[in-house]
Amino acid sequence: MADRKVSNWWTFWGVLILVWALFPLLWMVSLSFKDPATFRSSTPTFFPKTWVWDNYKTVFTDSLFTSALRNSVFIAVIATGLAVIIAMFAAYAIARMNFPGKKLLLSMALAIAMFPQAALVGPLFNMWRNLGIYDTWIGLIIPYLTFALPLSIWTMSAFFRQIPWEMEQAAQVDGATAWQAFRKVIIPLAAPGVFTTAILTFFFCWNEFLLAISLTSTDRARTVPAALSFFTGASQFQSPITYIMAASVVVTIPVVILVLVFQRRIMAGLTAGAVKG
Amino acid sequence: MAAISIRNLVKRYSDGFPAVNDVSLEIADGEFVILVGPSGCGKSTLLRMIVGLEDITSGDLLIGGERMNQKAPRDRNLAMVFQNYALYPHLTVFENIAFPMRLKNVPNEEVTKRVNEAADLLQLTEHLQRKPAHLSGGQRQRVAMGRAIVRKADAFLFDEPLSNLDAKLRGQMRTEIARLQHQLGTTTVYVTHDQTEAMTLGDRIAVLRKGLLQQVGSARQLYEEPVNLFVAGFIGSPPMNFLPGRFKNGQVETPFGTVSAAGPRLSKVGDRELVILGLRPEHFEDVRLVDATKRAQGKTFTAEVDVTEWLGSQLYAYVPYDAPSEVESQLEELERELDSEQMRTQLVVALDAASRIRSGGRAELWFDPERMHVFDAASGENLTRDPDRVFELDEIERPVEAEIQAADKTEAASESKETPEKA
Ligand SMILES: Nc1ncnc2c1ncn2[C@@H]1O[C@H](COP(=O)(O)OP(=O)(O)OP(=O)(O)O)[C@@H](O)[C@H]1O
Ligand SMILES: [Mg+2]
Repeated sequence: MADRKVSNWWTFWGVLILVWALFPLLWMVSLSFKDPATFRSSTPTFFPKTWVWDNYKTVFTDSLFTSALRNSVFIAVIATGLAVIIAMFAAYAIARMNFPGKKLLLSMALAIAMFPQAALVGPLFNMWRNLGIYDTWIGLIIPYLTFALPLSIWTMSAFFRQIPWEMEQAAQVDGATAWQAFRKVIIPLAAPGVFTTAILTFFFCWNEFLLAISLTSTDRARTVPAALSFFTGASQFQSPITYIMAASVVVTIPVVILVLVFQRRIMAGLTAGAVKG
Repeated sequence: MAAISIRNLVKRYSDGFPAVNDVSLEIADGEFVILVGPSGCGKSTLLRMIVGLEDITSGDLLIGGERMNQKAPRDRNLAMVFQNYALYPHLTVFENIAFPMRLKNVPNEEVTKRVNEAADLLQLTEHLQRKPAHLSGGQRQRVAMGRAIVRKADAFLFDEPLSNLDAKLRGQMRTEIARLQHQLGTTTVYVTHDQTEAMTLGDRIAVLRKGLLQQVGSARQLYEEPVNLFVAGFIGSPPMNFLPGRFKNGQVETPFGTVSAAGPRLSKVGDRELVILGLRPEHFEDVRLVDATKRAQGKTFTAEVDVTEWLGSQLYAYVPYDAPSEVESQLEELERELDSEQMRTQLVVALDAASRIRSGGRAELWFDPERMHVFDAASGENLTRDPDRVFELDEIERPVEAEIQAADKTEAASESKETPEKA
């Protein structure tokens, strides 16, 4: 009896939190399916009276969005890939080796992570224009790397530190070079850490707005979060809200898919059974 | 397969602590050498220097006649079994065992063949596709061994491979390791601090203390002719009894009365103010079970028996006595170093099981003074050690079967001893 009461209580809270979190999402989805001409009716409903795909059609035919989507995908993927590779080596060195200035490096990384991005926007804008990388992919990838790396290095070195030293020593005795031990033993064991870092970095690049809007001016490099603010309706008398919502749904989907796919990998305690438990 | 020469090896950690101090040891091709010593004496450090995971501060390490000091672990062609096995959790048992061969790009059929052979030998065949996390302790241990033996390595190095297993499994795996080593004939260095493993497994035992090599020899040599107090106290279970003594005018004063020091062993000592006498528990006997001719050669004394333990094959009697303050500190330090639970203020006596002595009474005991070891009270050096006898013991070459049987017997004795002690 008491058990059931307790579990009901948990269910209640669970549902409450779910509703709380899902409500804005549902509202976004619902809006994106409403007719742009009539969604501001005098008798508003939560769900659309008639479900229409017009918003999505408009969004995907709008070159503003399609080019932004392309920019977003490539910039986020490239920045994430680079960040993960660089962070992997840096984190390994920090976790496993002793070198002068290690403490300094770590605290600098932390300082960068805490540095207010807004303060950098002005100087970067000028510098990028002088260097000729204003409004280019590389112009966004570089600051993204800068801000993503500290956190990536910290997370990954935490993961590397958990891997018993003996794994590597065993590999060395078994005949592996340092590189082979790293590739065949350390990376597979650190995979959950690598995935976590990759996803966090990807989300950061995917959602970033401030730099994206400041360092771009055209379709060449503008990413989706920045592009959304440039949306106009089909005519200037229409509100662009439904289009923006449709675009938002489209950019949210990859995030949801990524989380669902890698949920297991992120959670998996892959080192279980390495040593006697 | 190769011989290992350790010459004046020193390991000084960054804090200046000499974990291994000037150790020299020649290990012949195919020999099974055990490294023993109390915790922190540098056994693992020495082993890790051999395998290349620890830099050598000074001295030379030769494997198969080649100097290895500067070589990376992968170039030494040695196989090591770690204390906690260090299996690769992301690989199956098959791939764990195959790992060293994969690194050398051995062709697939060859890998499969050799892994299957090893799995056969270690009874792992039905577990080959499982992950280490799903195996029992003993199975993981065998996988670690499998990974070592497929290598065709020049030598095996074991660092306390059985210490994570329960007592029964440890016994099984111990015989398995002995069998495997005889079968493969690979040079082996085996670190342990377990008495039974040390006595039964190897051809020779090397005893380390605070980074210094104390004595190297067969189990029999260490047991019967220890070089010093430390080795005497470390080897043997229950441990040797240590008592104060005094040599005066060809006589030895012991806590049980004065005996003659005229015998060939004791006469070597000469007059000395204070010595430590070492008597193994089995050097004592119930006087009623000693025949008359023998009785006269030894010393009979009366003692208060505190507790007795009858084990079927033997009877242990515990005799309390007061340790005089002169040797107390020396013995206390020894005790601390050896981590022994044995109280030094009681004598442990192993008598014939037929003895009628019972707890809480007085008993007539007998011992042969000529079997006594005499140690210098200050340095701990064994004054009665006979180097020629050591040499003779060295010559005894027992066949393999006899060795394993002897191993089993010692094991049975020590295990049956453990139970009543706890009770
Ligand atoms: N990395 C290190 N830095 C400094 N001192 C160390 C280091 N590793 C070990 N030592 C010291 O070296 C000594 C020998 O250590 P070692 O691990 O070889 O002992 P051991 O004989 O294997 O002991 P155990 O039976 O407990 O495994 C110890 O006193 C230890 O404190
Ligand atoms: Mg050790």
